[in-house]
Amino acid sequence: MCLAVPAKILNKIATDQILCEGRVDFGGGVIRTVNLSFVPEAQEGDYILVHAGVAITRLQPEDAERRRELIASITIDRGAGHAEQS
Amino acid sequence: MLNKAEFRSSDAVSKLLDKIRKTQSQGWSIMEICGGQTHAFLQYGLDQLLPQDLQLIHGPGCPVCVTPLHLLQQAIDLAYQEQVIMCSFGDMLRVPAYKQSLAQAKARGANIELVYSPLEAVQVAARESSRQVVMFAIGFETTTPLYSLALQQASQRGLKNFSLLTALVRVQPALEAMLEDTDCGIDGVLAAGHVCAVTGYSSYQSVVQKFNKPIVVTGFEPVDLLLGLFQVLDCLENSQASLKNAYTRAVTMQGNPHARQAIEQYFEPCDQSWRGFGVISAGGYRLRAPWSEFDAGKRFFSESHELGSQRTELCPASAVLTGRIKPVQCPYFGKECTSDHPLGAPMVSAEGSCAAYFQAGRRRKECQ
Repeated sequence: MCLAVPAKILNKIATDQILCEGRVDFGGGVIRTVNLSFVPEAQEGDYILVHAGVAITRLQPEDAERRRELIASITIDRGAGHAEQS
Repeated sequence: MLNKAEFRSSDAVSKLLDKIRKTQSQGWSIMEICGGQTHAFLQYGLDQLLPQDLQLIHGPGCPVCVTPLHLLQQAIDLAYQEQVIMCSFGDMLRVPAYKQSLAQAKARGANIELVYSPLEAVQVAARESSRQVVMFAIGFETTTPLYSLALQQASQRGLKNFSLLTALVRVQPALEAMLEDTDCGIDGVLAAGHVCAVTGYSSYQSVVQKFNKPIVVTGFEPVDLLLGLFQVLDCLENSQASLKNAYTRAVTMQGNPHARQAIEQYFEPCDQSWRGFGVISAGGYRLRAPWSEFDAGKRFFSESHELGSQRTELCPASAVLTGRIKPVQCPYFGKECTSDHPLGAPMVSAEGSCAAYFQAGRRRKECQ
């Protein structure tokens, strides 16, 4: 139920009071129109998480590098049995 | 970022697993709240790669599974009314109610339409102006703001024939109920990433302090799951009750303010019956009074609505949902109860833990 799928905004569709929508690319050739009411700050080219036809959050592009560094800092072996702080 | 390979990298997975093995010095039980996380653990076989005494407790984060049967029966009863079209997510269709499921009712002529989004139900209402269109509104905080959007659209379009039959549940009160229950034996928690994408996670600080147990907001890909698991384990091994976020690409401390405001505008917390748990204080949402005209429960049922005879349930859903037994420990698992012939919701739902075990081909022997 809480399944949410990442997608890239191709273009925002002219909005009125009722609808704030965009064409988004889910990858693999799947392009759909989804509701963007909850991510008004998202622009073309941004990545979003889509849940049941509605974007629930804009993904943070700067996160990828941060996560790589975090995993590297965790998995660097500073001696067996010792837990590093993360 | 659409490249999922990075989140499924065998190199990162094996490094994290190695680190988990080296860090762990004693047995721990860690609960993943969300059924989507349960499925990912099983689908990728991660549970079998973890140290044996690192137990995963599969939490109740499957809205289909915790929806009380009497509400499902109400949905079926409504679908048989001639002027009604009942809209439902596909997950709910095959869950057996007292006599039949929504799918069986549909086969017998009840008016049930499968929708992918609550917003589709609004379109059905616009199209079928002479009929009453009811959305069977199940879900957690992730889905609740979508019902707000549907109500907003319906009221802006002046659709008087649209309403919600609500069975909406809130995660945090249920989590607290489980942590209070010492039988559950939970040492640490992986919080549900997509619920937190909406709600944020600042409110978990009080839970961490109250129960002195670590909580880590966690995503759904193999690397996400192991990163969350490692961070909980690291806290446990260092006797730290901390709140952390291992799903930073999607979740911020405050969540999505627009979605939260949408929930706040249309819904208020209420006591809610959870299948397998009973009534949980503030464990659900109901429509606020100004929007009660959209409440299908009030529109179609009197207080004394008869739900018919309750059948005796074979399915020990409550024991599975509260993590007291693993799906493979159920006497019916894989025998009387299969994906094709489910006895209860945890075997039906795409997020049910029994379905996760069944689809991953797990049998008794290999899980004991």
